[in-house]
Amino acid sequence: MTDTLDKSETPASERTPPVGRLKRMTRGWSWRRVFTAKTLIIALVIAFVGYLAMVPLAYLLYGTFYDGVSITFRFFSEAYSAYGLTEMVLNSFAYAIGSTILSVVIGTTLAYLTVRTNVPFKGLIFTASLVPLIIPGILHTIAWIFLASPRVGLFNKVLEPVFGPGVLNVFSLGGMMFVEGLHLSPLVFLLMYAAFRSMDPSLEESAQMSGARLPTVLRRISLPLAKPALAASVLIMMVRALEGFEVPALLGIPNGTWVFTSRIWRVLNEYPASYGQAGAYALSLLALTTVGVFWQSRLSKRGRAYETVTGKGFRPRPMDLGKWRWPAMALVFGYFVLAVVMPTLILVYASFQPFYAMPSANSLKTFTLHNYAYTLTNSQTLGAAQNSLLLGLGSATGVMFLMAIVSWVVVRTKIPGRWLVDNLTFLPLIIPGLVMGVALLFVYLRFPLPIYGTLWILFIAYFTRYMPYGMRYAASSMYQISGELEESAQTSGASWWQTFRRINLPLLMPGLVAGWIYILMVSVRELSSSILLYSPGNEVLSILIWEQWENGQFTELAALGVLMVLVLVVLVAVANRLGAKVGVRAD
Amino acid sequence: MLQIDNLRKTFDGSRSERRSRVLAVDDLSLTAEEGQMFTLLGPSGCGKTTTLRCIAGLEHPDRGDITVGDRTLFSDERGIRLAANERGLGMVFQSYAIWPHMNVFKNAALPLEVLPRSRRLSKKEITARVERVLSVVQLDKLMDRPATNLSGGQQQRLALARALVMEPPLLLLDEPLSNLDAKLREEMRFELKRLQRELNITAVYVTHDQVEALAMSNKIAVMREGRIEQVGRPREIYERPSSRFVADFIGTSNFIDGTVESHETGDLYLVDTPHGKIRATSAADLPAGEKVAVSIRPEYVEVEKGAVPASDAVGRWSGVVETRAFLGESVDHVIRVGELEMRARCHPSLSFPPDTEVTITLQEKMCSLIPTDE
Ligand SMILES: Nc1ncnc2c1ncn2[C@@H]1O[C@H](COP(=O)(O)OP(=O)(O)O)[C@@H](O)[C@H]1O
Ligand SMILES: [Mg+2]
Repeated sequence: MTDTLDKSETPASERTPPVGRLKRMTRGWSWRRVFTAKTLIIALVIAFVGYLAMVPLAYLLYGTFYDGVSITFRFFSEAYSAYGLTEMVLNSFAYAIGSTILSVVIGTTLAYLTVRTNVPFKGLIFTASLVPLIIPGILHTIAWIFLASPRVGLFNKVLEPVFGPGVLNVFSLGGMMFVEGLHLSPLVFLLMYAAFRSMDPSLEESAQMSGARLPTVLRRISLPLAKPALAASVLIMMVRALEGFEVPALLGIPNGTWVFTSRIWRVLNEYPASYGQAGAYALSLLALTTVGVFWQSRLSKRGRAYETVTGKGFRPRPMDLGKWRWPAMALVFGYFVLAVVMPTLILVYASFQPFYAMPSANSLKTFTLHNYAYTLTNSQTLGAAQNSLLLGLGSATGVMFLMAIVSWVVVRTKIPGRWLVDNLTFLPLIIPGLVMGVALLFVYLRFPLPIYGTLWILFIAYFTRYMPYGMRYAASSMYQISGELEESAQTSGASWWQTFRRINLPLLMPGLVAGWIYILMVSVRELSSSILLYSPGNEVLSILIWEQWENGQFTELAALGVLMVLVLVVLVAVANRLGAKVGVRAD
Repeated sequence: MLQIDNLRKTFDGSRSERRSRVLAVDDLSLTAEEGQMFTLLGPSGCGKTTTLRCIAGLEHPDRGDITVGDRTLFSDERGIRLAANERGLGMVFQSYAIWPHMNVFKNAALPLEVLPRSRRLSKKEITARVERVLSVVQLDKLMDRPATNLSGGQQQRLALARALVMEPPLLLLDEPLSNLDAKLREEMRFELKRLQRELNITAVYVTHDQVEALAMSNKIAVMREGRIEQVGRPREIYERPSSRFVADFIGTSNFIDGTVESHETGDLYLVDTPHGKIRATSAADLPAGEKVAVSIRPEYVEVEKGAVPASDAVGRWSGVVETRAFLGESVDHVIRVGELEMRARCHPSLSFPPDTEVTITLQEKMCSLIPTDE
């Protein structure tokens, strides 16, 4: 890889054959040479990326600080003088901190056990690490309502003889932290797994040889070394929790625990909707996530200081847990049951019920396929499925195609300002889904492009939000292709477009396909932007589940959810078959 | 000092060869004396590191006994298995394993700081001992330097200091010089040997570099596929390899196939080969008629101009120079004797052009007999 990088850094002029150079000099400068297909395409692409990334933010600022007459802080003071606002801010932080602590503790423990110890059943942990990809947040949250709501929760029924009725209450701040923390834990696992994998095991072994016991090794060596990755995980999870919508909406609103995201949704769904206040909340949330993302990217740059010593791959050398092996296994098992088995089982169970009742000997007899029949024939679900599919395919294809060109511009060319394009494609990363929703509302309620109320506005939302992921996949494959392949095509007389289509695209294809599948998966589950931008008749699958939940169609929703999870499982399997790194695989 | 009996260690096979187990160390026994530099030498993958890690306690052997001094560290029969942190041995890892989040002083002090409460030293004593050991490896001027700012050679010395600060009875070194560049490696080779001798440390040294092994060791065990092929002093191993593998692995060697004709005095045998008779030594008793190979190093093949006057002198054959190569410190000749190609290394003052008729003399003391049943 370094080899190809080095090569691409040699100035192109040095390698141009003398004949070509001569021709170029004699032909001289002309308009026709500036307006080639190449420059046109590049200019278009840059303009498009700039539009997608900047316009929503500009309108968000404009709409929040300008009330049509003058510059104003009115919306901020309105938003923050509302009743219970201090509590809302405190809740947001408590919720984010609580779920972050839980997810980081669980994820780090599991990652350490997997990489550095001989805990049995590691496969279960890897399977669980796929959960956030295949079980959409809204389904996960609903499953936990079935499991731990005070009145109908299965766990409460099991615990009732011992603790009395309703000991567990998901409709509380603690319940929100737990459900969100559990759903985020696989993400921490993936981050920490990579961090522990890149850590030289002999750093710990040399501490053991120095006479240190395992707790001392962990405290003095492993954790300090993992600190950059840990800090990054903490920040990423804080941001994720702050911008999460499903859990606060489903678990927080019923008992009046408001956070930023649920509050934004609320002020837009009140009558009259207050766009200015929504903008004020959205900007506050955006400020928080921006701080988080920038802090994290600074940390990860500094974290590389350690990597110079430890940056290569190592033969995994699991430590013998000795008598702790079985308690550790119980932990892994318990986690797997809580994070994967129970939520899935309860959804499958619900999907076969005529109406939702707690599992019992009786309820198991009332097995029905009606929900599946309904889901597969109902015009609303079919319409939603079609919309989701259209949007998923459209945004995946569009993003990957555009990012193939952008990554070429960024990696291959010396165009001044290409770093700006690079940063622009990553800008949407800091924008929470709900904020993106607010911002796009601001744009297309004012902008004379009549796409509000159509699928196009969702398409733009998805396209913008998934640009960073697409860029990551495309750029990392672009770095692996030697620039010489392209130059040899050009010296054989191919035009820029021919070269791009015949040389670059095919070589990039594996990376592009991986990114394509990833975007397809995440867009099928998207809820937090869609919830503000959809209009009746234009539902997508996740919105339909949301509506069915509001209508109390619990069993129909479960059937739809199970079908959705099955489709996502197939997609993950296909992605892995194609070699895309979705999750981690045991090796 | 260190005694290993019948050590055996297997690993799970990789995915493709599931069910089969990798035999990394196979029934290995060895004894190292006090103050010795005992070297495990062998090609990559022969099980040197695994053996060392079994001694360290980082790997759990399937079978065998490991004793250091009068302390049994591992014994499957007696059910003894001390953890790595209870063995009190020093180890220098191939990657040095310097903790990047600590400075030089902290790195060297950690072994003293984690001692059990009953044996823990005062802050002052710790500082004194760390300073002493750092000055032994000449790092006392860099005590406050972050460990990541050290050069390769300095990291290597810090790793050594950290391993020595507890004054362990046994020091384990896993290819400690392999990550250094050639010039530094040579310097550190002498440095390490000097320290080991001055501090009278018993050390097990792992390397795949035969030059390093020959230069540094009191005793060498040549390993092959998890077993010890030959143990001996460096000179013995070099001059009297007991197998073709050892002869081949330690430098280049000429091999001449033949049969034992008769036993002469001591360990001297007369051997009949298709190219003439030759005298050679063997530590093992060999009956007449046994098929053997005679191994001789190129530098012990003497070359003179002209054919042998009286043919059939034992150990003196006529040949023709085929090619020669000037190597700076020596001139290598390839000499054809009938079907056989012999390599001879001569002083640069002796250089014969191709097609010169020459006589080669094979010194009987330098010819060793190797059984050919492999
Ligand atoms: N953790 C392990 N898992 C599986 N096989 C291993 C492991 N460690 C070593 N081996 C195998 O054991 C053999 C000996 O390895 P090693 O002791 O590292 O060799 P050396 O240090 O002599 O190069 C090799 O075939 C190696 O592949
Ligand atoms: Mg090794």
